[in-house]
Order: sequence, then structure tokens, then C-alpha cells
Amino acid sequence: MSAFFSPFISKPDSVSAIMLKVMLALLPGIALYVWYFGPAILVSITLASITALSTEAAMLKIRRRPIMPFLKDNSALLTGWLLALSIPPLAPWWLVVVGTAFCIAIAKHLYGGLGNNPFNPAMIGYAVLIVSFPVQMTHWITPHGMGATELSFVQQLQYIFGGTLPDGLKLDAVTMATPLDTLKTQLHLSLPVSEILTQPIFGRLAGHGSEMVAIGFLIGGLYLLATRIISWHLPVAYLGTLFAVAGIFHLLDPAHYVTPLFHWFSGAAMLGAFFILTDPISSPTTHKGKIIFAAGAGLITYLIRVFGSFPDGMAFATLLMNICVPLIDAYTQPKVFGKKEAKP
Amino acid sequence: MTTLYKFHGGVHPPTHKAQSTRTPIVPLPLPAKLVIPFHQHVGNIAKPLVQVGDHVLKGQLIGMPEDGISSAIHASTSGTISEIGMQVVAHASGLPDLCATLSPDGKDEWIPKTGMDFRSASAADVRQVLRLAGVVGLGGAVFPSDMKLRVGKHKIKTLVLNGAECEPYITCDDMLMRERAAEIIKGAEIMRWALEAEQVLVGIEDNKPEAIAAMQQAALASADDIKVIAVPTLYPGGGAKQLIRVLTGIEVAAGVRSTDKGVQCFNVATAQSIYRAVQCGEPLLSRIVTVTGNVKQAQNLEVLIGTPVQDVVNFAGVLPDTDSYIMGGPMMGLPLPGAEVSIVKAANCIIASSPQLFPPAPPAMPCIRCTRCAEVCPSELQPQDLYWFAKAKDFGKAQEFSLFDCIECGACSYVCPSHIPLVQYYRFAKSEIWARESDKTSADAARERFEFREYRIEREKQEKAEKLAAKEKAAAEAKLAAAKLAEAQATTNVTPPPQTEAEAKIQAAIEQAKLQAAAVKPKNTEQLTPQQQAEIAEIEARRTHIHALASSEAESPKE
Amino acid sequence: MLSALLIMSGIAVVLGAVLGFAAIKFRVEGNPLVEKIDAILPQTQCGQCSFPGCKPYATAIAAGEADINRCPPGGEEGIQKLADLLGVEFKPFGGDTAAPKPKSVAFIDEHTCIGCTLCIQACPVDAISGAAKQMHTIISKECTGCELCLAPCPVDCISMQVIEEKIGNWKWKYPLYALQPAH
Repeated sequence: MSAFFSPFISKPDSVSAIMLKVMLALLPGIALYVWYFGPAILVSITLASITALSTEAAMLKIRRRPIMPFLKDNSALLTGWLLALSIPPLAPWWLVVVGTAFCIAIAKHLYGGLGNNPFNPAMIGYAVLIVSFPVQMTHWITPHGMGATELSFVQQLQYIFGGTLPDGLKLDAVTMATPLDTLKTQLHLSLPVSEILTQPIFGRLAGHGSEMVAIGFLIGGLYLLATRIISWHLPVAYLGTLFAVAGIFHLLDPAHYVTPLFHWFSGAAMLGAFFILTDPISSPTTHKGKIIFAAGAGLITYLIRVFGSFPDGMAFATLLMNICVPLIDAYTQPKVFGKKEAKP
Repeated sequence: MTTLYKFHGGVHPPTHKAQSTRTPIVPLPLPAKLVIPFHQHVGNIAKPLVQVGDHVLKGQLIGMPEDGISSAIHASTSGTISEIGMQVVAHASGLPDLCATLSPDGKDEWIPKTGMDFRSASAADVRQVLRLAGVVGLGGAVFPSDMKLRVGKHKIKTLVLNGAECEPYITCDDMLMRERAAEIIKGAEIMRWALEAEQVLVGIEDNKPEAIAAMQQAALASADDIKVIAVPTLYPGGGAKQLIRVLTGIEVAAGVRSTDKGVQCFNVATAQSIYRAVQCGEPLLSRIVTVTGNVKQAQNLEVLIGTPVQDVVNFAGVLPDTDSYIMGGPMMGLPLPGAEVSIVKAANCIIASSPQLFPPAPPAMPCIRCTRCAEVCPSELQPQDLYWFAKAKDFGKAQEFSLFDCIECGACSYVCPSHIPLVQYYRFAKSEIWARESDKTSADAARERFEFREYRIEREKQEKAEKLAAKEKAAAEAKLAAAKLAEAQATTNVTPPPQTEAEAKIQAAIEQAKLQAAAVKPKNTEQLTPQQQAEIAEIEARRTHIHALASSEAESPKE
Repeated sequence: MLSALLIMSGIAVVLGAVLGFAAIKFRVEGNPLVEKIDAILPQTQCGQCSFPGCKPYATAIAAGEADINRCPPGGEEGIQKLADLLGVEFKPFGGDTAAPKPKSVAFIDEHTCIGCTLCIQACPVDAISGAAKQMHTIISKECTGCELCLAPCPVDCISMQVIEEKIGNWKWKYPLYALQPAH
């Protein structure tokens, strides 16, 4: 019999269309990033995109799979973009390349390629980089208008690709720790929160500049929700749990714990809620499961941020919950039509 | 207003119905030949009653229902049976089945038709009429309707009539409701009476306003409580379980009969056939077929059962770039092996397909676990899990995840962004599981037969051994008895002197017993007098006569 | 040091007693593994595994005396199921056992049959109906295709006929699709 069977019609949707829409949703955040921090991030994104596509092609060749259909599905591109957005824009070119290559080759293809990776590839890349190259990973670019020395775009390119800075400048002068990192170190110095937040690095809600980028990602995330590319369960559960836990600690001890909104708009919380946790391949398949998964990730993010040694816990929270996904799926299977005990 | 419930999931494919509802139903002219399969229903194949060369009348019974679940087959017009043999039929396999080829004589001569007044008959009589009239479910399931009208131990509260017709392209029920609403309602009255149902609910999707109006008009004229309800247009809202859920809120699980929950559901066309069979005495000989797709004039035709699909599509002006035909709709339809197969009772629609109309699906990508399929599944299953298990041939797990609850509506495949042919995997898994179950049953039967054979052989051996032992024992005893007798004779010749008085008494007693035994034994069986011989012969003759009488009485039937 | 030794030995004694008690109280009669293996085997009783029937083969597998790839009627799937049950590696057909053949049933050519009952005595599931000097016929529904009747027939009137695929026993095939490189 020929390959002609029902259904003969299908919705005009495809994996590449979905991935493209997600990348579109990242654009507001990227635009605000460029506005507040300069165009260096675009260099990272470009580097990551090229590395992602070439690594994907190479791995497909080694695995003897058809190359073009998989390259065209934009999933590697998206992974590259997400990793680029998670690491400092002034990172040396080899950092981006190594990270992206690791994501695609090891976290994606060694597990079987598209659809088979149990861990979020971008977060695996991030985790590898932050553990292996902690210095480079904690030197973030300074936002505009903070009075710090700023490099021109050409100088930034020189640093990224050549590793050289203009004469007399040290790396520390042109980079800084993230707002979350700063908060953590200052808290260790026993300064109360109210005093810490007066520093110029902090804006209205969270870190100056990075809070706007977070808002950009929130806008993108709302677009994804409106076009039903993601369902509300993951972002709402993650942000809700983060808000609740942060809120409890803040209410108990405002001097040592910042507001929940601070947590929402700093670090990778917004990016994570809408773009990273929602990676369909490594998250649960049931609605209840998604809520549990995201709630767990929210809790772990908070714990690592406040009590752990890393400034942001998004990546590790994602990876730790990825491990639990098969168990979560097994225990949250919904009841089938006609086999529910409760009356409809 | 009746409250309407919702079922989970569902999709909104483009309906493409307007093109075939522009013209009223037209009867298709008599074709040159009719090929009528004997198996057009769920259950056992009908037994052919005719032979090659027989002349049949329109409506004549040519296939008798077999025992159990089965239905009848009739000649759709008058003519001659030119062939009875295996011909390709409308089945997914493309394999042949037993069919009768009928050459029409053009006269369209009916058998004598007699309707009945169902109210003065019993429900069992009405069911028998329907069984012999070959009335089966015309929604596509072709289950014998007489069996569905049986009342079990549960009271039927609601009779649901399915006029939803949720699949794109199909409009046969729509046109039937517009034009023959009165007959449908009358059929509903018969069914309600047979089932003793309290109320009748007719569910029609709200994209058919004319049909809703026509049915409401006809329902007003009925004395029964028949409500015509517009349900939201959502595929697969026309699935029996989904419609029951929407109209009554009851969820009938897979494996559970809807009658256990007090509901029974029939298609509107079935209702109309029931009316014609009971009231007018007309067996099921034709049905409305929507012919649409790559044709000049998409329309609804009244087609005789057994008409070749080629005649149907030619009448509608099939376009030359048509490369295949689909029986049914684009979501659940069956690709036909060719246009030479004939219209059967299940054929509600023929879509002429071309590569422009239904382009081949893009190559399937791996599953990205987006769960869009689970969002649209009306049975609330996890299609992606079922896909992984079916792909890995892990049939145990597939059944654990309720594979057999799947109604194969195709909504999951419709939305899959990776364009995975999900329903194909489920069909494969289901047929594999059935094949394995039948293998297991045969294996269990073979094991039983083998074990019984072993037991039988053992038993025969034992019986033989026992017989042999008994024989040997008897032989040994005989030998012993002879030896004893010889010994006894030897001892009587030499009587030893009685040593004591007691012993002498014992000896005397033994002698006495011997004499008594001799007196009882028949002394004379050898030398018989002629008179004695005659007596014996007479007795023997009487005995044989009595024996003969006894055996002849056993042979002749008792009154 | 001494107290540690005493505690460890105490625990060992207690656990040993518990195990011993369990071994006696919860003893399982017979060998349920043989039944489980026999449930997987196809019951053809053909002897191709070189054992006189499926139960003896199952017993041999349970005792570790026979390999799991000796049953052609069970097919590769049967081997896989046995491997899963016993927790051993899958082993494909090879060596001295025949490869699986398509399922077939026996058929007696009635013109040639002489009514000698030799095939009836050979059939392990009594699927041949007949008697001495009477016509013999195969009860197709019960025939397992073991082919044990072919050899004893002195006039060679029995043939094996492959079971045809008809509408009644047709199955959907495993969906195979190839990802073509996009044009």
C-alpha cells in the first residue's frame, strides 16, 4: 500500500515555524539588551548561531542522518541564541564556541538528536561553562550611563576575538558582576538590603539595564502565550513559586532578603520562565507535571540564589528538575475519558 | 434550554462543505453493473442465497444474516446474478471479499412490499424486520441496528440522533435532514418506542442552520418528546461518545456500552432507513453519498448499494488529474484501492483526490514532545506516549496508556508540527495486539489439546496394562482352580481314615454340599428332546421379534 | 572494637534467622519459572528445539541446559520475550536450529490417503480426524504447523500450505517513513 492514509489534511504548522516564532519572541529582549548594553550581544549571538549550525551539520553527518531537514528546523539556532543570552557578551569567542558546540554535540546529539535530549541543551552548555571558566563567566558588560569606562564596538570586537584590551585598561574596569552577584557579595559583607539597593548598579526593580531586558523577555513570553506556542502552566508556576518563596523570606526579614519583584526581574528568571523551562523536549508532558516541574525549578532557583554559591540558580534548577521529568510524567498521567471517578 | 457540555480537545479543520450543498439530492442513474459485497457490516458475513444465473427482483434477499451479529444483503435492483466470487472491496488492505455481481435488466422491479404498523407489533418483531431488511448504522460504523435496539437490564433514558456530521467535505446527512426530516423523525419515533426511551435528542452542528430548521419543524409535528439541539461545530463532535457527552454530560468509557449509562445513539440516516424498512417494507438498498473534491460538480447523490465508484465520480464530472479516491472524509477516510470498488453501506462520501487537493505530507520529523496532540485528543489520552510505545512495539505499555480508547479521529496527526503519522502507529499497534491475542488463544488451545493427548495416551496404556494384568490374573486363578480340583479329586479317591469324630463330621458335610451343588446344576443341557428343542426355538423367536420391535420404535419419530 | 564485632554478628544472626524463616514460610512449590517460559512458547509441540515438546524445552531453559534461540515457531519475538523474562542477552537464530518459516497448516490430499492412521498417531495436538481405513483430514483450526505428520505418511499425501492473508486476518503494517533530504 502506498503512503496515503488518513488524515489527509494537517494544520499548516511545523517545527521550524515554532522555533522561528520563539526566536521572534526573543527579539524584544535582545533589542533592549542592545539599547542598554551595546551591540556586543549581537556578536555572541552570531558566533553562537554559526557554531550551532556547523556543529549540528557535523554531528548529523557523523550519525549518518539527513542534514538539511534538521538544519532547517531552527532548533539548533534557538539553542545557540539562548546560550548566547545566558553568557556575558564580552566573553572571548572561544567561550561561546565551546559552549555552543558542547550543547549541540553532547547535550543534544549524543542523546539521539532532536526530540531525545533529557536535559535542556542550552543550560547544559551554561553549566559546563560556569563550572569550567568561572572567571570569564562572571565578568559582565556594564550598562550605559553608569559612569564606568565603556569600550567602543571595535574595541569590544578586538577583545572578543583578539583578547586584547586598549592600553591601560584592565578587564575589571570595563566589566562588572551581575546585580545578583553584587547583591550576594554585599549581603555577605553584612550590609542591609536597603543600603545595597542604593548603589548605582541597581535600578528601580532590580539591576539597572538588566531589569529592562527582563521586561523585554516578559513581553516576548506574553507573545508566546497569546499565540499558544507555550501553555501558561510553566511560566505561571515558576514565577508564582519564585514570588511566593521570595515573598515569604522578604516578609520575614526585609533587611536580608530582597523583594520578590527583584527576583523576578533579575538574572535569568524571565528568560527561564518563558524560554528555557518551556523547552518541550526536556519538560513534562502533562499539565500537572509542568506545574510541579516549574514550581520545583522556582524553589531551587531561589535557594541557589540566596543560600547557594552561584549568583543565579536558573540553569541548575532547570537541570535538576529535568532529571525528575520521567518520574513526574509517570505520576501525573491524567485520567482518560470516561474513567474519571469524579462527576464532570 | 438543554445545558450543553464540552468534551476535551477537538480541532477546527476548514469545512469545505458549501461546494456540495448547492444542489438537492439527485438519484444516480442505474449503472451497467452492481457489485454487492456480502460483508458490508460488523459481524459475520451474510450467507449467499442465490446462485449465478438467478433472476432477482429489487429488494430481494440475496444474503441471509448468519448467526449472531450479522445482517442481510439485498439486490439493489432487478436483474440477473452474473457472478458470485472474490472481488476487490473497499477495505484498507485492498484484498478481495465475496461479492455478487448483478446485471440490471433496467426494469427496477420491486418485490412485493409490505409495511407494518409498529405500534401494534412487538419490539422483537420490529427488530426481526430490521435484521432481514439489512438495516445497519449508516454513520460509518455499520453495526446491525436491530441489535442496537435491544433493551438490556438498563433502562434507556435518552435516544440520541447524530446529525452532527463533523468531518469536513461530508454533507450527506445535512442534505438528508433538509429534504427528508419528516422521515427521520418518524424513524426516531419507531426507535424511541422500541427502546422505551423517555426522550429523544437530535444533535446537529451549528454550521447547518437549514438542517436544524427543517428538523425542528418536523419534530414539532411529532407526538413524542423530540428536541433538536444545535451543538458547537468542533471536530470530532460527531463521534458517538463525544455527542453523548455534549448532549447529556455522560462520559461513556471505552469498553463500556452506552446503553449501560441509559443512552443509545444512532445516525439520522439510520433513523430514516428504519422508517422505510418498518413503515414501507423497503430493505436498505441505497444511501446518500456526497461526491466532492476534485470534481466539476460536487453534490449529493442517492446511490444504489453496489454501484461502482467510477460511475459515481463520472456523474459528478471527475477531473483528469485525480489520482486516488477516498471513501469518507479527510480526517478518517479510507483510501480506496481503485475506482472499480463499489459503494457499500458505509460509504458516506467519495472524495476525488489530487496532489493539489491533498498534497503528500511533509517528511516526518522526530517528536519534540510539544503535546499539541494531547491538547486536542477527545479521549483525553497521551498520544505522544502511545506513539513512543507503538514505535518501540512495547504493546503492554501501550495498552496501559489506554491505546484501545483511541477512536482514531486523526485530530492528533492533524496538529502534529513534526507531521508524524500518529494514527498509523495506533492502527498498527491495535492490529498487532489483536493478532497476538488470537495467537495466544490458539497456543492455549494447542497446549490443552496436547496435554489431553498425553493424558489419553497414558490412560490407554494404563487400561491396556490393567486388562493384561486382569487376564493374567484370571489365567493364574484358572490354573490354580484346576490344580485344586485335581488335588481334590486325588484326595477323594484316597479317603484317609477320620482321625477324630469332628473331622469325620466335616468330611460328611463336605460330601453333602457336593451332592446339593450337583442337584442344583442343570443336569441335562446336551441331549434335548425334540419337544424341548421346539420350545426353545419358540422362545428364541419371540425374543428376536421383541428386539426388532424395540429397535424399530427407536428409529421412527415419536408422535 | 569488641562491641562493634558483637553488634555486627548480632545483626547477621537476626537477618539470617529472618531469611531462614522466610525461606520456609513463603516457600513456593514447583518451579514457576518453567510455567512462565512455557506461557511464552507457541505450543506447536513440533520438536524443532530437539526436545519432545514445549514443556520439556521450557524445563531445560529453566535449568540452564538449553539456549533460548532454539524455537523457530516463536520467531525472533519469542526469543526477545524469553530474553526479557530471564534477564539474558538476546541471541539470534543460528547454529543447529532452523530459521523461522511463514505460518502454515497441513493439508491431506484425499485422493492419495490410504487411511493408515500413522499421521494421526504422530500429531501432538490431535488435529487429524479419521480412523483406520477411513478418510483422514486435518482440522485446520487446530493445526499448529509443526510438520510432524509429514514424515510418517507412507504415501506422502500431506503438504504444508502457507496461511494466506485474507481480509479476516489482515494486519496493519509497521509505519515506515524515510526522511528525505528536502529539495
